[in-house]
Amino acid sequence: MARNGNAADLAKRVLAGDAAAASRALSLIIDEAAGADALIRSFFASSGRSQKIGICGPPGAGKSTLTGRLISQFRKAGLKVGVLAVDPSSPISGGAFLGDRLRIQEHATDSGVFIRSIATRGMVGGVSHSIFGAIHVLEAFGCAKIIVETVGTGQDEVVIAKVADTVVYVTTPQMGDEIQAMKAGVMEVGDVFVVNKADLSGKDKAIGDLRSALNLGRAAGQEAKPWETPVTATTATTGEGVAELAAILDSHWAYLAGAGEGRRRLMEQHREELSLYLSRRIYQDALQKIGIRELEALVEHRTDPASLGARLLAK
Amino acid sequence: MVATQKKPFRILIAKPGLDGHDRGAKVIVRALRDAGFEVIYTGIRQTPEMIVQAALQEDVDAIGLSLLSGAHMTLFPQVVSLLKEKGLGDVLVFGGGIIPDEDVPALKEKGVREVFGPGTPLSAIVDYLNKSLGQER
Repeated sequence: MARNGNAADLAKRVLAGDAAAASRALSLIIDEAAGADALIRSFFASSGRSQKIGICGPPGAGKSTLTGRLISQFRKAGLKVGVLAVDPSSPISGGAFLGDRLRIQEHATDSGVFIRSIATRGMVGGVSHSIFGAIHVLEAFGCAKIIVETVGTGQDEVVIAKVADTVVYVTTPQMGDEIQAMKAGVMEVGDVFVVNKADLSGKDKAIGDLRSALNLGRAAGQEAKPWETPVTATTATTGEGVAELAAILDSHWAYLAGAGEGRRRLMEQHREELSLYLSRRIYQDALQKIGIRELEALVEHRTDPASLGARLLAK
Repeated sequence: MVATQKKPFRILIAKPGLDGHDRGAKVIVRALRDAGFEVIYTGIRQTPEMIVQAALQEDVDAIGLSLLSGAHMTLFPQVVSLLKEKGLGDVLVFGGGIIPDEDVPALKEKGVREVFGPGTPLSAIVDYLNKSLGQER
């Protein structure tokens, strides 16, 4: 089994499109196991060519169902699709219920679709160094579109903008008025806004509220942006509006490629990946320096946490 | 001084066959989550192919099959043999639901590692998985 295979061999199999190898590589990277860094090294050359689509929005907005529909659109175009579906870990037991797959059943036996559920395991905003690694696996595996479905905490999910090329914010009618839409946070990083469950009443008002909130920036003196953030409506359960959404995603991808904005975003993503790597390494190294002698010194008030901390970091 | 966090075991819970009664499966999902497992639930009416594909993509340590319709003698072994075909023979398969006692030896013969009938305390399943998966790791 691949469980014992070496990293170079595993990487080769992923690049050749072996799903079992991709799955194992994902585990090694997400678990931050030995060999994870070596895998990322072999995958990095093939990175940056696939469109990474971040789907965020409050819980219950229909992100998973919409993801399932988008996969169908991409598959119609003959594209291989990867999905990373992030769900929360319990802070109490450390366990997790990963239920996004349940909503993406129609692709359950399609070999051109690779879906992996990821538990947050305590990472802030659902992003850690390993999510970048996971994306590199799917890029190397040959996915042209990679959908990252976030936890669904809503306003605080701005980190997705540091992972994805195209950020889709999904909401529903009656999710709140214009004032909600004016709040800082994910509203500022969305590239496309979707009012899902458009069959419910209040769709038009929700679209109007979002549009006017997005236009306030202009009224407040911001320059016209080269990408005018679209607001579109879908009913994921029936598939209505999904073809239009897929077309918008394509045009955003084309915009990124054309305007040089794509390169700028890629740079931001790499900066984030690099900083997460550095902070993880520095953090771990520093924590290893805490021993019983240091703790004794604190108990006896021979030093204080700030001075000791500074000394340990300098060591 | 920092406790190194142990990686949680990943378990797929699936309902093969045609019965739509998944309350039992959901109770297991909840119990395993609360015991620190990462549980993937794929819902009702799963074919063996769907289950094995999910197991492959999710890289699970074990699969729990729940079935009440009586088709366990066909469907459980199908899952086991498909797993082997895909090179996933090391994934632990266990079952539950309405399984007559006399069927259990035949199921074990065909690679289903354990069968939990109605009335099994949830802690027994948790202990079983921790013990069996802990040994394999």
